Amino acid sequence: MSLGILGTKLGMTQIFDSETGLAIPVTVVQAGPCTVTQVKTQTTDGYNAVQVGYKEVKEKALSQPELGHLKKAQVSSPLRHLQEYRIDDPSQYQLGQSFKADIFENGQLVDVSGTSIGRGFTGYQKRHNFRRGPMSHGSKNHRLPGSTGAGTTPGRVYPGKRMAGRSGGTKVTTRKLAVVRVDSDRDLLLIKGCVPGKPGTLLSIAPANIVGKK
Amino acid sequence: MNAEQIIRSIESEQLKDDLPIIHVGDTIRVGVRISEGGKERVQPYEGTVIAKRHGGLNETITVRRIFQNVGVERVFLLHSPRVATIKIIRRGKVRRAKLYYLRDRIGKATRIKQRFDRSL
Repeated sequence: MSLGILGTKLGMTQIFDSETGLAIPVTVVQAGPCTVTQVKTQTTDGYNAVQVGYKEVKEKALSQPELGHLKKAQVSSPLRHLQEYRIDDPSQYQLGQSFKADIFENGQLVDVSGTSIGRGFTGYQKRHNFRRGPMSHGSKNHRLPGSTGAGTTPGRVYPGKRMAGRSGGTKVTTRKLAVVRVDSDRDLLLIKGCVPGKPGTLLSIAPANIVGKK
Repeated sequence: MNAEQIIRSIESEQLKDDLPIIHVGDTIRVGVRISEGGKERVQPYEGTVIAKRHGGLNETITVRRIFQNVGVERVFLLHSPRVATIKIIRRGKVRRAKLYYLRDRIGKATRIKQRFDRSL
């Protein structure tokens, strides 16, 4: 229930911990600058939220309805991506207000969500971690799924049976990653561990949602 | 700045610029920072470089020595702050990039010829 930021994954590297000297794997994320494009309140919309925009683009890249919406928000240049964050008290945010990566601090836990790497049409082993059959001793069952259910009764395959198909390319959230460093000059966040997607993917970074804590 | 330049710039802050030029086959002495009981000290480790891997910030060397008749190999991340010092003791003349054949040898057969055309 607090403000997050949109960003772009740039890639991974490692940095050395200043105390222990251990190498920490980090993902470098270009986070923000973001602009508040809409403030939703209980009275006007039925819930409290802030809509933020990210990534400046040319005017011709957006449609007229999108441009109209941004014009209402008094945004200086058109923005490609819009995202809402539910917020307890939206009154402290004004339209057109800009914020950067420094809303986070070192050591803070964050949830990072983005689109995972698309793997196309994949088989059972890759998509659902099925075990494979024996590769030798006369076996012809190498990467087959095995049984998909009982026979005449029920006479059909139950819905939800795990099968081959499109894998990846879905929204994935990686939770409770630590922010190792905040570079407010260049709007960079260094997040410990890996985040969804390839370099260049759009990410939403928000303070960690801890179960049992409000 | 594009993504690659940004990552390079983050890495370049941590690169050591005072590392000696290490070749495979050299005998070196590495000072390793270890902390025991809240105190920090530098422990020397001496041996032959049998492999170099990766480049840039990830560069590592594998140093082999025979300790109490047991072969010991340690991999050092060269740019890590845990590696305090590196001193080259002897330059070796070898014809391989990886000296894994030394693992199968003992005693006199593990000797590496010294070369004198490279400075210490």
